[in-house]
Amino acid sequence: MQSGIIAELEAIAGARNVLSRAEDLVLYEYDGSVEKARPEAVVFPSTTTDVVKIVKLAIKHDVPIVGRGAGTGLSGGALARGGGIMIAFGRMNKILELDFANRRAVVQPGVVNFDLTRAVEHAGLYFAPDPSSQKSCTIGGNVSENSGGPHTLAYGVTSSHVTGLELVLPNGEVKRIGGKLADPMGYDLCGLLVGSEGTLALVTEIVAKLSKKPEAIKTLLAIFETVDDATETVTELTARAITPAACEMLDGWTLCAIEDYVHAGFPRDCGAVLLIEIEGITEAVAGQAQAIDEVCRLHHAREIRTAKDDKERELLWKGRKTAFGALGRLAPSNYVLDAVIPRSKLPQALRQVVKLGKECGLQVGNIFHAGDGNLHPLVLFDPRKPEEFREAVRVSEEIVRYCVSIGGALTGEHGVGMEKAELMTLMFSEADFALMRRVHAQFNPTGLLNPGKVFPMGKGCGETRVRTSPMAHPLQTGVPA
Amino acid sequence: MSMAAEVSVLAKLEGSVGSANVRTEPKELLRFAIDGVTPKFEVRPETAEKAAEVVRTAVHEKFAVVACGARTALAIGTPPASYDVALDMTRITGISSYDPGDLTISVNAGMPLADLARELAEKKQFLPLEVPFFEKATVGGAIAAGLDSPLRQFYGTPRDFLIGAEFVDGTGAQAKSGGRVVKNVTGYDFHKLLNGSLGTLGVITRLNFRTYPIASARRGFLASFADEVGALKFVKHIGASALTPIVLEMASPESAGLLFSQYAPFASLCAAQDKREWTVCVGFEGSGEVCERYAKELARMAKQAGAQNAVAMHDDQFAALLEILREAPVTMRDAAAEAVVMRFTALPSQLADLLRAVRSFARSSWMTAPVLARSECVIYMALLPRAGDETAFKQLDYFWKSVGSLRGKLEFKGTVVFCPAKWKAMLDGWEHANVELEMERRVKRAFDPNGVFARGRFVGGM
Repeated sequence: MQSGIIAELEAIAGARNVLSRAEDLVLYEYDGSVEKARPEAVVFPSTTTDVVKIVKLAIKHDVPIVGRGAGTGLSGGALARGGGIMIAFGRMNKILELDFANRRAVVQPGVVNFDLTRAVEHAGLYFAPDPSSQKSCTIGGNVSENSGGPHTLAYGVTSSHVTGLELVLPNGEVKRIGGKLADPMGYDLCGLLVGSEGTLALVTEIVAKLSKKPEAIKTLLAIFETVDDATETVTELTARAITPAACEMLDGWTLCAIEDYVHAGFPRDCGAVLLIEIEGITEAVAGQAQAIDEVCRLHHAREIRTAKDDKERELLWKGRKTAFGALGRLAPSNYVLDAVIPRSKLPQALRQVVKLGKECGLQVGNIFHAGDGNLHPLVLFDPRKPEEFREAVRVSEEIVRYCVSIGGALTGEHGVGMEKAELMTLMFSEADFALMRRVHAQFNPTGLLNPGKVFPMGKGCGETRVRTSPMAHPLQTGVPA
Repeated sequence: MSMAAEVSVLAKLEGSVGSANVRTEPKELLRFAIDGVTPKFEVRPETAEKAAEVVRTAVHEKFAVVACGARTALAIGTPPASYDVALDMTRITGISSYDPGDLTISVNAGMPLADLARELAEKKQFLPLEVPFFEKATVGGAIAAGLDSPLRQFYGTPRDFLIGAEFVDGTGAQAKSGGRVVKNVTGYDFHKLLNGSLGTLGVITRLNFRTYPIASARRGFLASFADEVGALKFVKHIGASALTPIVLEMASPESAGLLFSQYAPFASLCAAQDKREWTVCVGFEGSGEVCERYAKELARMAKQAGAQNAVAMHDDQFAALLEILREAPVTMRDAAAEAVVMRFTALPSQLADLLRAVRSFARSSWMTAPVLARSECVIYMALLPRAGDETAFKQLDYFWKSVGSLRGKLEFKGTVVFCPAKWKAMLDGWEHANVELEMERRVKRAFDPNGVFARGRFVGGM
């Protein structure tokens, strides 16, 4: 990147808020996925005005821009696929207003998801979307990807919890859509913008809904000898229309790894567990717990434990939410998938995932949001062995294809990003893309903003993932690190 | 259009859907009139493909198309700027796929809501889309009209349970978004834009929903209060409690009289009421134990808030109450020949102020003005002029201008839902919609680049 642009960025945001040295940029070339793409500069704006100036600068020099929160996504959505300037929102992290009477919070995009809940819990409120990365991911990132989490089973993904946005368009204009009011009166622009993966506008302010904490919470751990028993239980719970607030599944192999790491008291000798949470008023929770207990036993649950107190409950959830970290101890790298299947097909889908895992010879763990059919198979591999990486990508893609073939979707909460852009053709037709492109062109006509995302570029997956750009990570060029 | 050209278009349309499904007789077309504007053709496609073909013909002919379901809500919106083809969607009906075990359903747009509800009920499920004209309205029409449901208190709006859609866009192409799984963030969420778009973005052909289990019991509770202060206090108490009711509405005295007096189980409550009383309606569901807890706590809270009267309702009575609340905007419209029904959205913290303000504007017009506040965030209000009142429009105009004076003082939006056609040209029903018009236009241009759909029916003349 021209040094002139760097100097101009420094003039806008201050020298300490601009990174341009290779050793600094390398930290921003990845997210939670296996994708890599290095920005040419990273800038940390403090205000919307800074963002506008940066966008105008980018227009002037015709360099692409990509927004980034904490970089915890699994789809490469926050990577600088086209190089250029990365706008990292980490320092726009102020909670601007807490409006308890209307159950709204106005926040900057860099506010960490869990920090919002922490700021309002004294008033009996919380921010409902709870991705596993909620202690580090930002609300801006949640808005871009329309993130979920275990409790979205009952409460919906981010778009159900956002009523207003301040946007900076790729032409530098600032727009406000929605507000604190519950309903839009025109088109539901917030509904479109949330989950548009940073391809239509940069989000600089968010009006978030705050939810009321339930009176009672019960957390159950149901232990099964086989994966089939656990998945059949989930299917039956859904069929009986029992809707817990969260219903997570962890397979036996994953559990052992987690137990070694967090010592949450998970069994080491089972096929799978379901971590089920029920919330509501005391009487409703008691009734649901009984119904869930019955279904679990019908499907041969070996044991059903109930968290005795908040501490035990938190420990169980810690086990769930740090699982991916725990697995990091077992292999140098892993590929976490995010795909969705119809819930009634959970048993067959899991059997297929296990089969494909066995065939490819790589260890595949399963830890996922079973209640809403959102699978997260995790493939362990060693990036120093290019053939392992290729195999991990191949089997992951096969799993995703299978999920779509049985009526599922490419992504449940992490977005399409770069990772699944080429796979979009599995779900969408040329007419669908034509409309998406027209909408994209209305907001981001020059493609300045987050290029190379969501839309297929017409290359095979191998080509898009295993790039040979000089900036690419050794992993992708097959050079041992 | 010349006679010859019209004949050739007719042939084209008939080629698409069959001659039995294109009508041009003025008498038939009158049924599709919107605010006195009558189309040239009524076209009834049997499939989404045929609907798309008709749209392509319309694009080619520079025709304006309005998609219609049961035509119950066509009076919502501004009169069409032009209107050539009424695209009757009622033949594209029925359930496309239903997986009760997944709690998801895919429905063709022309299916009546009531039929859908019956199919779902067989599997002990329901869709929380209890909107006006329920017995007649089609699923596609209900989404396009965007009216809300009393169940939004707990179940939210279609943004929360509409999971995918198929539609014909303004180029005549069949497009889709979302899917048939409950959690899905693949691609742009176009289906969310369709809700409340009054048919201006596309012809909805199929909708996918998340469905919900019917609880073992669903009951209600009514409490009446001497004034709105008590009623609001009760509503706030409920909000602050652990209870999560499925319905929470507040009817002004005029509205309680209008809505409840016709229904026997409530007549006694209404008869006992002083005419100045406000009524709060609460619905809740769950097991017998859960319902008992609600009834007990609601009775306690109502008493604390100074309720004059309170009635607990069993399941059947609640079903009747839900129907009354669901149809309230229509009941208000039908209460006077020249009724005007408006819808406001408000912040819960400003609900009292907004209620007070709009009621005081209405009082100065000496028109009866029933008000129903829904879920602390929506207000339906009607102005009911007396028959033959020649000053009615003047008063309406004054009222609508007065609403404008609240801008900057209160955060709210307001639109006219129903209004006599003759006044629509003089009254801008979108004046207080307060939308980011330039952004909205981008969406419209992308979806309907040729301006073929529902010309001029939406905010900003879109």
